[in-house]
Amino acid sequence: MKTKPVKRRAAKHQYILRLFVAGATTRSRQAILRVTQLCNAELNGICDLKVIDIYQQPNLARANQIVATPTLIVELPRPLRRFIGNLTRVTDLFVELDLTTKAKTAK
Amino acid sequence: MKRIIPKAFASAAQLPKCLTGIQGLDEITGGGLPLARPTLVCGGAGCGKTLLAAEFLVRGAVQFDEPGVFMSFEETEPELQANVASLGFDLTSLVRHKKILVDHVHIDRSEFQETGEYDLEGLFVRLGHAIDSIGAKRVVLDTLEALFASLPNEVILRAELRRLFRWLKDKGVTAVITAERGRDQLTRHGLEEYVSDCVILLDHRVNEQIATRHLRVVKYRGAQHGTNEFPFLIGDEGISVLPITSLALNHKVSNERIATGIPRLDAMLGGKGFFRGSSILLTGTPGTGKTIVSANFAHAAARRGERVLFFSFEESPQQIIRNLHSIGLRLDPLVKRGLLRFHSARPSLYGLEMHLATMFKEIATFKPHVVVIDPITSLMDAGTDSECKAMITRLIDFLKAGQVTSLFTSLTQGGQALQQSEASMSSLMDSWLLLQDFEGNGERNRVFYVLKARGMAHSNQIREFLISNHGIDIVDAYIGASGVLTGSARVAQEDLRKAAVLAYQQEAAGLKREVERKRTAIERQISGLRSDYESEAEELRRIAEQVSSSTLMLTTERAASSRLRQADANVAASTRVRASRNARSN
Repeated sequence: MKTKPVKRRAAKHQYILRLFVAGATTRSRQAILRVTQLCNAELNGICDLKVIDIYQQPNLARANQIVATPTLIVELPRPLRRFIGNLTRVTDLFVELDLTTKAKTAK
Repeated sequence: MKRIIPKAFASAAQLPKCLTGIQGLDEITGGGLPLARPTLVCGGAGCGKTLLAAEFLVRGAVQFDEPGVFMSFEETEPELQANVASLGFDLTSLVRHKKILVDHVHIDRSEFQETGEYDLEGLFVRLGHAIDSIGAKRVVLDTLEALFASLPNEVILRAELRRLFRWLKDKGVTAVITAERGRDQLTRHGLEEYVSDCVILLDHRVNEQIATRHLRVVKYRGAQHGTNEFPFLIGDEGISVLPITSLALNHKVSNERIATGIPRLDAMLGGKGFFRGSSILLTGTPGTGKTIVSANFAHAAARRGERVLFFSFEESPQQIIRNLHSIGLRLDPLVKRGLLRFHSARPSLYGLEMHLATMFKEIATFKPHVVVIDPITSLMDAGTDSECKAMITRLIDFLKAGQVTSLFTSLTQGGQALQQSEASMSSLMDSWLLLQDFEGNGERNRVFYVLKARGMAHSNQIREFLISNHGIDIVDAYIGASGVLTGSARVAQEDLRKAAVLAYQQEAAGLKREVERKRTAIERQISGLRSDYESEAEELRRIAEQVSSSTLMLTTERAASSRLRQADANVAASTRVRASRNARSN
C-alpha cells in the first residue's frame, strides 16, 4: 500500500483527489510532485489526496476505469473529472476546475 | 457436425494455431488463428465482429479449457451477457467460474482533460491483471478504436498501441482485436499496420434485397488459408462459416438400394430403386406431380421404419397431408410415430445461408435417413445462382457424408429447355427423373422418364403416369410411328390395337377350323380308300384260298383214280394228258 494521505485536518473535504500512477517513472514522480504542491499551496486543509500505484493495486485500476497514467481523478467537487498526463499544464487544470477562486473563498 | 480439416491446409500449417471452435472458421484458416499473436477482425457496423470475438472466447473457455479476457470498450458486461445469451452462451456462469473475465473500459470524452505527457499503462495493467487473475490464454479487445475517439493525443495513442500489440505477443496470449471498417482502408484508424499476423474481414452486403454476411481472411502470415469470401451466418448456436471449398469429395458409398414406393419406378431403375445416400433430382413443370412422387418416396421410406425429413418451401405440412390423403397416401400416422417430420418455411423468410443452417441443424438433430426438399428452386429465389449452387453443393456433400438419401424437386417453367434450366444443379445429382406434360387431344397428360441414374441400368422409356384415388400408376405410354400417345389417345390406340388383335384372332380361328375340316375330310378319304383296299385284299385272299383248295382237290382225285387204275399202267399214261387238260379247263 502506497496510499499517502496528505492532509487530514478537515473532517469534511471539499476536494477529493486520487492520483493513479504506474510505478516510479519520471512521469509519475512529476505528477505526484505537482499534485502535492497544488494541494499544499491551494487546497491546504480542504483536500483529500491519495496517490495510488496501479502496479501495487491493479484491481483499483479497473474499479476506477483507469486507462492512461498518470490520471488525476477529481471526485469532489462534482462533476467527476479526469486529468491525464503528468500535470505539466497545471494552469489548464486550474482554469478547468476553477480552483483558484474556490480555494480562495474557502480560505 | 463433423469437422474436417483438409490435408492440403493442415500440412502447410507451420505456425502453431489456436482453434477457435467456430464452425467453418478453423477449416478456412487451416486450424484456427495464429497462436499467441494478435488477430485483427474488421468490418462495418452490424457484421458480427463482437460476436465473432465473443464466440472465440466462449468456445475457448468451454471447448478448449482456455480462459479468456474480454476487454470491451463499447458494451458493458450486462449488455454483453445479454447479447451472447441470445446465441446460447451463458456468459454469466463462465464469469462466475472464472473462465471468462469481462472488463468494460469506460472512457467518457467529456470527463477527460489532458494535462501533459501520459501513456496507456493503466490499460496494460488492467489487462495484465485480468490475464493473470484467471490465467487467460485468449484476449479480446473490442473495439480498441474507441480509444481514438476518447483520447485526444493520437501520437501517444499510436505509440502505445504498437507497444500493446508487442506486449500481447510477449504475454503469449492469442488476441482478437476488432475494428471498424475504414473508408479506403481496412480499419478506420489503420490498426492493420500494427497487427501483421492475421486479418479477417467481415462484410454485410445486401444483394437483391437479401443480406448476406461474408468472411474473408485477408492476411494470414506464415500460413496457407482459404482466400475466398465465405458466407457466414449468425444462428442460434453462434457463427457458422460455410466454406464450400473446404469439403473434400471422399464420402463413403453404399451399394444398398432403396425402393421408391412406386413399384414400376423401381422396375425402371434396374428393379431395385435408388442407391442409399444418393441424391435425386425430380424436375417438372407445374402440376406434374413432383410433390406426389416425392411424398410417395417419403411414405415408402417411413413405412420401412426410416426417419424422413420433409422440407417444404411452398406448402404447409397440413396441406401436404390433406392433399396426399386424397390420393390414398396417409402421412399423418407416420408423423405421429415420429418417422416423418415436416419443416415448412417460406423461402423469403431469410437468406440462403440461414436456410442452409436451419436445414443443417434440423438434419443434425433429427438424423434422417431420407431428406426431401420440395422444391429446391424456391430457395434459388433467396440468392444468386452461384450462391445457390454453392449452397446445394454443400448441402449434398453434407447429406452424402451422412449417407442420407436426398430427393430434390425442382420446378421448371413451361417452355424452357428442361435440361438447360437445371444445368447448374444436375451435375451434382446422381439420379434425375423428369416429369413432363403432354398436351394434345384437348387434354394434358403426365409422362415421366429416368433421365439419368448413375451406377445402375435403367429404363430409357417414357412412361405415362396416372394419379388416381389409389395413388400413382405408371403405365406404358404408347410409342409408335405417330409419336408418343398418352391419355385418351393412348386408350384409343390401345382399343384400335385390341380390335386388330381380335380380328387377327378371329381370322386365325377360322383358318384353324378350315384346316381342321380339311384334315378330317382327308382322313375320311384315307379311311374309305383303306376299307376299299382291305375289301379287295380280302377278295384276293379268298380267291387264292379257293385256287389252292381246288388244286388240292384235283390232285387227290387224280391220286385216287390212279390208285384205282393200278393194274393198267398204259391206260394211265394216256389219261394223264387228258386229266391235265381237264384241270386246265376247270
